[in-house]
Amino acid sequence: MSRYTGVTDRDLREMLDAIGVDSVDDLFAEIPDGVRLQRELDLPGGRAEQDVFEHLAALAARNRHCDEEISFLGAGMYDHYVPALVDTLLQRSEFLTPYTPYQPEVSQGGLQVMFEFQTAISELTGLPVSNASVYEGPSAVAAAGYLAKLETRRSRLVASRGVHPHSRGALRTHAAGYGMEVVEVPLTTEGATDVAALAAAVDDDTAAVFVQQPNFLGTVEDLGELTEVGKRTGAVAVCAADPLPLGILKPPGDLGADICVGEGQTLGNRLDFGGPSFGFFAAGERFLRKLPGRIAGETRDADGKRGFVLTLQTREQHIRREKATHNICTSQALNALAGVVYLSWLGRRGLVELAELMLRRTHYAREALALEPINPGAVVREFAVRVPDLDALFERARAEGINPGYRLGRDYSEYEDGLLVAITERRTRAHIDRLAAVAAAVGETVAA
Amino acid sequence: MAEASYPEDLKYHAEHDWARIDGEEATFGITWYAQDALGEVVFFDPPEVGAQVTKDQSYAEVESVKAVSDVFAPLSGEIVAVNEDLGDSPERINEDPYGEGWLVRVRLSEPSEVDSLLDAGAYEQLLESSG
Amino acid sequence: MTSAALDPRAGEETLTIFERSREGRRAFTAPDCDVPELPVEELLPKSAVRERPAELPEVSEPELVRHYTTLSSKNFHLDEGFYPLGSCTMKHNPKLHERVAALPGHARLHPLQDPEYAQGALELMWRLQGALAEVAGLPHVSLQPSAGSHGELAGLLLTRAFHEANGDPRTKVLTPDTAHGTNPATVTMAGYQVVKVGTAADGGVDLDDLRAKADADVACLMLTNPNTLGLFDRNIEEIERIVHDAGATLYYDGANLNAVMGVARPGDMGFDIVHFNLHKTFTQPHGGGGPGAGPIAVSDRIEPFLPAPQVVRRPGRNGSAPRFDLDFDRPRSIGRLRGFQGNFGVFVRTYAYIRSLGGDGLKEASEVAVLNANYVKALLAEEGIAEYLPIAFDRICMHEFVVSGRGAKARLGIKTLDIAKRMLDHRVHPPTVYFPLLVEEALMIEPTETETKERLDHFAAVVRAILQEAREDPEIAKGAPYTTPVRRLDEAGAAKRPVVRWRPND
Repeated sequence: MSRYTGVTDRDLREMLDAIGVDSVDDLFAEIPDGVRLQRELDLPGGRAEQDVFEHLAALAARNRHCDEEISFLGAGMYDHYVPALVDTLLQRSEFLTPYTPYQPEVSQGGLQVMFEFQTAISELTGLPVSNASVYEGPSAVAAAGYLAKLETRRSRLVASRGVHPHSRGALRTHAAGYGMEVVEVPLTTEGATDVAALAAAVDDDTAAVFVQQPNFLGTVEDLGELTEVGKRTGAVAVCAADPLPLGILKPPGDLGADICVGEGQTLGNRLDFGGPSFGFFAAGERFLRKLPGRIAGETRDADGKRGFVLTLQTREQHIRREKATHNICTSQALNALAGVVYLSWLGRRGLVELAELMLRRTHYAREALALEPINPGAVVREFAVRVPDLDALFERARAEGINPGYRLGRDYSEYEDGLLVAITERRTRAHIDRLAAVAAAVGETVAA
Repeated sequence: MAEASYPEDLKYHAEHDWARIDGEEATFGITWYAQDALGEVVFFDPPEVGAQVTKDQSYAEVESVKAVSDVFAPLSGEIVAVNEDLGDSPERINEDPYGEGWLVRVRLSEPSEVDSLLDAGAYEQLLESSG
Repeated sequence: MTSAALDPRAGEETLTIFERSREGRRAFTAPDCDVPELPVEELLPKSAVRERPAELPEVSEPELVRHYTTLSSKNFHLDEGFYPLGSCTMKHNPKLHERVAALPGHARLHPLQDPEYAQGALELMWRLQGALAEVAGLPHVSLQPSAGSHGELAGLLLTRAFHEANGDPRTKVLTPDTAHGTNPATVTMAGYQVVKVGTAADGGVDLDDLRAKADADVACLMLTNPNTLGLFDRNIEEIERIVHDAGATLYYDGANLNAVMGVARPGDMGFDIVHFNLHKTFTQPHGGGGPGAGPIAVSDRIEPFLPAPQVVRRPGRNGSAPRFDLDFDRPRSIGRLRGFQGNFGVFVRTYAYIRSLGGDGLKEASEVAVLNANYVKALLAEEGIAEYLPIAFDRICMHEFVVSGRGAKARLGIKTLDIAKRMLDHRVHPPTVYFPLLVEEALMIEPTETETKERLDHFAAVVRAILQEAREDPEIAKGAPYTTPVRRLDEAGAAKRPVVRWRPND
């Protein structure tokens, strides 16, 4: 008997009796011998809780995490401060352990959280309709591609190289199933989407155009211009957005985006080596009945009391099956809870204050580093620079307990010597000055 | 509509749709059985005026909270009118499936197809036999 | 007067966090700005700047905590009671898992950290892959997919790549008519056409129908075994022959894996591709609807197409310890399915579970899951229940089984829905209702192995009591629930006039 089951010898006798068999093995009699496993599973034996804890702790100790180094790593996930109350709330069994709210009468907590989350995302993105989450950022981009296919029945998807490489990758992988081709549009020498190239790439068979704000290099794009060009032939304009900068950036919905998606990790979620987090998905009213995933709607109960339910379920796989608007079932409800709690914690003014702080520190950092910018225009939380000797920089920075950022060459052959530096509210002026000192020292060394 | 009813003056299709013939045109809808099986209708997305419908083929969908049902054309022709009121009041399909709950009006292209439809009695028998 | 009528809070209106907002309140204090406070308009083009802030709530920390804590109290949850949702495997979520998931070495690790400084994480993933491979009986695992549906999609994209590499593109995928809705939805997203295969009288796949439909244009058969009726398909070996003879791949939907761990392995049944639901079989908490994870295990011939990156172990240099790494050099890969390398936080918890139980414990979990289901089935077969909820298929079941509410409908005038709603008043979560579609007024019951006999006895007693009550007065069940935070809700109204966000001036 493990610590999670509870069948005593007496229980077993009584249960087998009631069932009418002699042994548990009899219950598996229907399984043909040819497929029965004739040995034990080749796995280490079960261990006491404290042994498992020690083992996991030993593995964790071999990772260098963001409390152990000053990290300027971003590129899609960021080291933000998450308040303690998020942990307190997420650890509540009432949020952690229930299933998807198929019985709304006993799920009002979860359903109202979804409704509030949808409201917050709608506010951030400037689009009226949001779902209750998808898996994460790149999946949200792929889902937008599917929605564009359902809406337009066209077969081309056009994506700026300013969109996160993982999002473009996921889009391509999914597009193989959609039967769609993905075409990429280059960036200018200033690190922004090349509008002329975008215009040239969009045709009558383009279902959707994808841009990102800020883009992967951290550039604040001219969204209005990009969406206008993208939609000329009737394509759907999709903007992948970083949610925190939307505190001070004009929402994509106000600048012509039909759909706004993005990665929600920065909203109250852990880094967790890349997941779980959540993806958000907001759109114009006309897409409501084609939206992927769960949607909570407001209604009244038999006594006239206000309540919430999963609504428009006929879009979803459990009802619509092969004609569903997406195959998603389990999404990211707990992570979305963290998101709405975090956004409510920041509040109307707090989000602005946070975004302004990041903006100012980012500007300061770019000046302090004094390295050649790849994208000299407006940036808001991340920027790209050229580093003469990246290896030397990393070696020196590491020795001082600093992680300088992301090597752009991993995804962009056009920026082999590029470094992507991310700023959050946790990166103080002192941290930035230390990085700048390292960069200067390395620069000196190389020059000498 | 609480009680099952299948008006004598209509023609019926095995997929639970009815047709009211009016010279060269006909009005289509779904039967009492169909709306009862669906439950409260919440959404009907009408096809475009001018679209062609083909006998025995689905031309639209009717949605309840927990189900979606194809709507089948009893006869072939061109849509000349759709019931716009169903946008705001889809429950008319439940309350008055043969009257205010009509779905589309069609100019028939093959009037002889009417002969293959069931009359009320035959349709009711079909319902009884399928249990 | 009833006690409910004396409840002074009966008329209280539910408020969203937005309606609790009061201008000027705050829960967040920004850190000091230690850099020059340049005006925003100097740093950003005017056209890019928001004109008015997003209308997020303004609340203090105590109000924020109280609001969400109160909301949580309106949720029924697994830590409080029985949750027999069929095909969901609502087994206990061990509390150790939250502790290990919260270790900073896991929770505070950036996904793009240099692998040299993420060896603990990569080793954990590599070991988890190995454990899942052993359970599945298929050697190659990708942890990338974010949920079961995502794993299904990966499986079909792999199938597509496999067939295309053989110069043999196909257009159809077979699924049983009892399949979970994600299966056909996935088929469409993967660019295939769904063809349904019928169910035989014994509840298994109709072999004649399968033979007729398994032609050279079929890319794959998607199956779960045991199926959604909780029945093990005895003909699995013949099914495998038919499908592979047709040149198609055989895909295993792992939603029901809890029935067979350590007993039978999908790889040994001949499946090419398997997905796991870590949030079902492997105790990742459901979270009210996620997060989960849907890793896949595949055979040798499918391996080249696995998503990139893959977690690999490389021999150490100069006799040092092996190193773990992310391998991007996969020329035939279908590509990546998502960002970074998957839901690592979920991997931590499920790895802890597997290490806690060991091979023995996993097998015991399945054995007890099947024992518990058959016991509940035996209880519900007793007089006073069985005539109202006849078993759909009278065979030994696996970890779940389906009863039909048609008896209650005919004899008592109450539907499965009404029975489910009355269960809520007994503080028991109803089983899955109205699925699979094959069974009229279906109730799909999966107790899982973490329920004790007393809990199962109690559940049967609840069912008996509801039916007894309905014999006397069916109207009670039809109006249930009565003791939950809200009564039955107007779902039709919510669908007709969707209100999906709060608006000011509402």
